[in-house]
Amino acid sequence: MKISKMMELLNAEVACCEENLENHVYSACGSDMMSDVLAFVKDQAVLLTGLVNSQVIRTAEMMDMNCIVLVRSKLPTPEMIELAKESGIVILTTKTRMYDACGILYSNGLVGNKVKA
Amino acid sequence: MSEQLLFTFDVDGDDFTSAGQASSQVKRNLRQLGISPDIIKRVSIAMYEGEINMVIHAGGGTAVVAVTEEHIEIVLKDQGPGIKDIEQAMQEGFSTAPDDVRSLGFGAGMGLPNMKRYTDYMNIESEVGVGTTITMRVNLM
Repeated sequence: MKISKMMELLNAEVACCEENLENHVYSACGSDMMSDVLAFVKDQAVLLTGLVNSQVIRTAEMMDMNCIVLVRSKLPTPEMIELAKESGIVILTTKTRMYDACGILYSNGLVGNKVKA
Repeated sequence: MSEQLLFTFDVDGDDFTSAGQASSQVKRNLRQLGISPDIIKRVSIAMYEGEINMVIHAGGGTAVVAVTEEHIEIVLKDQGPGIKDIEQAMQEGFSTAPDDVRSLGFGAGMGLPNMKRYTDYMNIESEVGVGTTITMRVNLM
């Protein structure tokens, strides 16, 4: 799914790296616990979170994620925007809550990472 | 003896915001060396978790990353409180992190298990009241 399509579905605004809105994401992960995010490698994924601090960007950076969606009207800090720019990570902000945001993306074809048996 | 490349970092224990800087730098260095993206991801995640642990629990420490032909080795050393029961600390979900750390998105008891998950070798040496040294290796061949 294109990041611009996610933006439309979530009625989101872009906080940084607008030039990368046409990039694709192939899987998604929703969590406020960064170690849970780090536990499973995903490929070109989007991270949905309600957590706002610079470690959200670091986590995405380590995982090679290319987009972060801040849910529940959370706004990124200046440090987050600076760090995200260094790695070209798009930050979207939406009023949608976590459960709904995940559900909307999932039902439009962006499924999560399959758990290995 | 094969040649090795060394990267050394001081991890600041007072600043949660800057935690991850060393891992981020290592990631960039490895990319410049032309190491494969999958290996880089494993090394940087394992080191990042270790770095966060040093900031949360130990007031900082040092990180030394050695790149040889065979593997990438990460040695994280701190003079923190030490780990009382390593076996227990390795269990997913076990954490001694205070609540304020959880509100920052860490302390879920996944750090050490994640470090093991992403590396081919991991050894923890720890003495209560003295400190902890963690050695991790990711094989290149």
